[in-house]
Formats: sequence, structure tokens, C-alpha cells
Amino acid sequence: MKNTIKQLRHSSQFMVGFVILVAILLLIIIYPIFVTADPLEMVGRGTFFKPGTYVSVVDAVTDGASTQKSYTLNLDTSASRLNARLSMEDREAMVDWLVRFGGVAEGGISTSDDDVPALLELWSEKYDSTNPQKGLIAAKKKYYVRLDKSLKELNNSTDMILAAQGEDGLEQTGTIADDSYVNVKDIANQRTFILGTDNFGRDVLTELVAATKTSIIIGLIAGVVATAIGLFLGLFAGFIGGVVDDFIMFVTNLFTVIPSFVILILISYSVGASARGVTMVAVIIGLTSWPWTTRSVRSQVISLRNRDHVNMSKLSGHSVIRIILVDILPYVASYVVMAFILQISSGILAEAQLSMLGLGPATTTTATLGLMMNWAMTYTAHLNGSWWAYFPVILTIALISFSLNLMNTGLDQVFNPTLRD
Amino acid sequence: MKGYKKYYSRKILWYLLTLIIAVILNFTLPRLMPGNPVANIAAQTAQGMTDATAIQKVYAQYAEAFGVDKPLYQQFFIWLKNLLHGDLGVSFSQYPRPVSEIIASGVWWTVCLQLPAIIVGWFLGNLLGAVAAYIRKGFDKVILPAFLFASNIPAFGMATILLTVFAIQLKWAPTSGGYGFDLIPNFSAAFILSVLDHYKLPFLSIVLVTIGGQAVGMRSMAIYELNADYVKYSRFLGIKDKKIVGYVFRNAMLPQITGLAMSIGTMVGGALVAEIIFSYPGIGSTLLSAITGRDYPLISACTLIITIMVLLANLFVEMIYGLIDPRIKAAQME
Repeated sequence: MKNTIKQLRHSSQFMVGFVILVAILLLIIIYPIFVTADPLEMVGRGTFFKPGTYVSVVDAVTDGASTQKSYTLNLDTSASRLNARLSMEDREAMVDWLVRFGGVAEGGISTSDDDVPALLELWSEKYDSTNPQKGLIAAKKKYYVRLDKSLKELNNSTDMILAAQGEDGLEQTGTIADDSYVNVKDIANQRTFILGTDNFGRDVLTELVAATKTSIIIGLIAGVVATAIGLFLGLFAGFIGGVVDDFIMFVTNLFTVIPSFVILILISYSVGASARGVTMVAVIIGLTSWPWTTRSVRSQVISLRNRDHVNMSKLSGHSVIRIILVDILPYVASYVVMAFILQISSGILAEAQLSMLGLGPATTTTATLGLMMNWAMTYTAHLNGSWWAYFPVILTIALISFSLNLMNTGLDQVFNPTLRD
Repeated sequence: MKGYKKYYSRKILWYLLTLIIAVILNFTLPRLMPGNPVANIAAQTAQGMTDATAIQKVYAQYAEAFGVDKPLYQQFFIWLKNLLHGDLGVSFSQYPRPVSEIIASGVWWTVCLQLPAIIVGWFLGNLLGAVAAYIRKGFDKVILPAFLFASNIPAFGMATILLTVFAIQLKWAPTSGGYGFDLIPNFSAAFILSVLDHYKLPFLSIVLVTIGGQAVGMRSMAIYELNADYVKYSRFLGIKDKKIVGYVFRNAMLPQITGLAMSIGTMVGGALVAEIIFSYPGIGSTLLSAITGRDYPLISACTLIITIMVLLANLFVEMIYGLIDPRIKAAQME
């Protein structure tokens, strides 16, 4: 045992997998200690808010108007403000106008951020609303007039006036200078969504951590169920042999050939949505993924069955259970551990695939990786560019499965010296 | 070829038996669902009716049409008889479209997508795995972790990533469907080009996932074989490396073929879910809409057709295996 652990520590593959897995587990354990909010709390009113820090607009404005909390910085505010406010469509429309009516050569000006000042300069120089603008419909002409007006407002940036509803109309309550800044730390109401929010307005990161935990639990339950059934049937079939072996192997072969995915769909559907909780889904996955373990355990047991030490035990009159536990189980333990590790990762994947078909855990109180993926796809996050709603989920599934498989390869190399590098 | 008769007939018999059991499972499992799905569709028809007897008549008619008023075993034999006639009942969610028609329109999309993709992925994966095992240093250090990671990205994940990068960001391929929405399926050049255009990304996503898994397996198989005694002996005899690699490749291929037979079911399952991401008009998308519409004849038909496809693929792989494996060949010749 000691030697095995020593060898494992020298196996780089095992260690890399182990470190990734431990990092994920630590995140699951430590994150909820610091963020105690309900992972399924619907914070955002709306779908798919971008990742970033959200500050209260009222707080920012009141802080900016107060003298203590506003700071004056000697920075050019207009350029970046223009870049942010002048949409690509407007820029394209401006270039279009300049080329058609302003006598600017085609390709002479681009719509990139760097060219915005030059574009504006050209625009103020050439644009003339009295130009006949042949070929433009009236709506488009009015659009250019509006655009020109808003550009002028953007250009001569003056102080912003704050007003409040008084007795007779609006009364000025303060001004915010163009170059006044506030420190984000001073703003009382703010919330950072590192991975944005999802379609229900939930914080994706918090939800992801909770979902990873649930999915790992599903993987563990499925792995335990599958390994227990597989181990029992494999030991039984291999050791007893004869008709029992034939029958068990017949059933096992049957379920290796009939796709487990199909059985999984059929059982999950039959169980019905009301009974399909997290545990139920995990158990169903476990019930459909034992044939691999049975096969490998059985072939191991058959090769062990006629070893001298087993025969010795038989001659000594030990019971079958004792022989299996003492003389056979320790020899197949390494295979069982490896099979168990693979079952966990395939269990997580199976849950994800089931959920994507709408057959995952029917629950509104917990999230799983598959359900997150399903929600993101149902609300077409992949088509509207909300990568934060699905990419972290895919990455998490891949990382868990990658780390488990690396550990498995490492174990394989330790137990089968012929595979070593 | 004569000697193979026994081997092949045994294989075919075994697969027939598996098929029968799969058919029985397929029939019974969805029908164990609580609730009455017929009531749902009948309720839609009866909506707005005020006459109680008319409503009852509607319900009775639907119950008879779907055969749910009979005991389960009778339903099974009626269903089996119809199945053998190619009649899979009427869809609940797309009433009154027959299920066989819906399946027939989807199955070729799935077969034409998955079969070439899995074969290409399998070949490329094995080739790369063997090369990685032979070269080892450098190449192997980069290739192995990359493939190991790629093989752990779920098929639907790979599909989503490809879709985001190539269809939405770079606009190199369309985002969804099996052909342009403005076209009617026919054999015109425009239609075929559109089909190929929509084919690229789903195909690539399945190939990439398959390559990863196969390369990793082939690499360890080939390393195992390269360390075998016969390789060392051949080297002592001075046989050229090229020839030895040929032997090694053949021997390492055998377990890979068995592996393919055993994992086809899993691969197909993953690829079906990947289809959904691309809204590809195959069985995967049909299955999704059937599950959403609680349409049990359609679900049953989808799972049945998936099972039949997987069983056929398995049978085919095992037959090829019999031809390739010299041990089986020798046993048949005796």
C-alpha cells in the first residue's frame, strides 16, 4: 500500500489529475463559506447579464454630486465616451453618407475605434442637412439630422445638471462636472457577477459551484450503485461458474450491446417527472452502467479462481464468502477502484446528456451541470452570444472528467507495469 | 468462407435474441409512466365542446385509436403485429402524422451524419494514437494530454463550442438545421450544396470527440504491443522497423475493434445530443421533441430505431472482426 502511494506520487499523470480534482473539490467546499447567498436566487431582472461589476446608478450619481466623494481626474473623457456611445451602425451610416454625399473616397475612412476622432472631424466639416441627398428616403434624412444633433451634444460635453421634483416643477439640486469621477469602493450598492447571470437572472458562478457539487454527488451515487452491482455479479459469475456464469454473462452481454443511453431514456421517462429527483436520476444512471465492471471483474476472477492460494483455501474448508473476501477481492480491488473512477465521470456525463433531452432531475431547488446546460440551450444562450451561461459548464464537465481519467491512467500505469513510460 | 457459417449464424442468432429483448423493453418501459397521455390530446380536441356525451365519445375514440384501453400484453401483440407491418402508430404530439413517417424523415439524416463521422474519427484516432506510441518523445508529450482533454469534452460541449466559434463568430457555417430554410428537399445542386454546408460542423464535432478517445486507447495498446516479446525477437532477427510496426499495428487494432463494438452505443448517444445543439433534423432532435411533447409512441420508436442502428453496427463490426482476427479464422478452418 505504502509503495503504491509512493509510485502514484511519482506518476505525473495521476498527480495532475489529482490536483485538478482537489482544486475543484476545494472550490466547492470553500466558495459557499464566503458566498452564503442562495445559488438559485434570481438576482437579475432579465436574462443573461454580462459578467462584470454592477453599481447602483443612484449611488454613483449622488456620490458624484457630493463634494467629498467625487474626484477630479485630468483625463480625456470624450474619446472613450464617444467610442462607447457611437454604435457601429451609426459609424457605418456616417461613412456611408460621407462617401455618397461628402465627396470622401471609398475606403478613405474606417469605422474602427482609432478613427473615431477623424471620422467626427470629417463629419462636422462635411455634413450639411441642406444637401439635396439624392436617393435618400425622408426617414433616413431625418435619421442623419438626429445623429448630427446627438453628435454635437456628445462633443461639447458640459456639466450634467441634477434636478428634483419640487413644488413648482423641477428644481436644480446639483451639478456633476464632466471630469468628475467616483471611486467604485465608495459606492454602497454594488454586486460583482464574475460569470454574469443566466436566463433566470441567477449568479452563474454561485450556481455553477452548487451545480458542480450536485453533479459530483450524482456521479458518486451512480458510481457506487454501478460498481456494487458490477462487483457482485462479476464475483458471483466468475467464482461460481457454470449455469450461473452463463446466465449472468448472457444478461451482461445483452446490456452491453443494447445502448445504455436508450435504457436510460426509457427508464427516466417511465419514472415520471414527479419522482425524478437528483437521487433517483443518479440511481437510474447507476442501474444502467454496471455491465463494464461485471465483465472486467469476472475475467479477473476467472484467472484467479484456480490459483494455488485459492485452492489451498478451498481445501482448508473456508466458506465461499470468506474465499471471495480474503483470497479474491484484494486482487481485483485495483480494477474495481479504476472502474469506479470511470463510472463517476461517465455518470456526470450521463446526467448532463439526460438533462439536455429534458429528462434530467425535475427539480427547481437544486441545479446540476446538465440542467444549467439545458436552461442555457433552451434560452438560446449559444445563439445570442451569452458564452458565460454555457462555456463554464462545459469546461467544468470536461475538467472533472479529464482529472478523473488522468488519475485512472496513472493508476493503470502503476498497476500494469508494462504500460509505464 | 465456408467455415464461417457456424460463427456467423451464431452471431446473427445472438443479435436476433438481443433485438427481441430490446423490443420488449422498448414497449414496456414507457408504458409504465403514471398518468394518461391520451387524455391530454383528447382534451385538446374536446376543447370548446359543451355536450358531455360528445366529449366522452372523443375520449373513447382516441383510447381505441391508440389502443390504451386493452390490457398491456394485448397491446404488446397488437403493437408487435403493427411493427412488423411498419406501422408504429400515430404520433401524439404531431397528430395525425404516423410515427413511421416522422422516423423515416429523420433516420437518414442521423445515419448519414453519424456513420461517416464515427468511421473517420475512429480511423484518424487510431492512426494518431499509433504514431504517438511509435514516436513517443515530444510529439507524444503534446499529443497525449491534448487528446485526453479533447476526449473528455462531452460531444454536446464540442458541438456548442464549434457552433459558437465557427457559425456565430466567424460565420463560416450556418447555425442550425440540415439545409437552408428556404429550400425544399430535392436533388438540385443548390439543395445538395446547402446540405453539405450544414453538414460540416456537426460532422466535425463528432469526429473530434471520437478522435480523442480512440487515440488515447490506441496509444496505450500500441505501447503494450511494442514492449511484447515478439517485437524484441523481431528486432534481434534484424527485421526492419517498418515491418514490425505493421505487425504491431495489426495486433493493437484488434482490441480497438472490440472496443468500437462495445462503445458504439455510448458514441451514438453522445452524438444524438450533439445533433440537438445544431437542430439537425435527425433522430436526436425528434427524440427531444417527442420527450417535450410527452409523445410515447414517438419516444418508443426513436429508442427502437437507435437500438436497431446500434445493433446493426455492432453486428457488422463483429463480422469484420471475425474476418480480421487470425485466431477466429484459424478456429473456423479446423
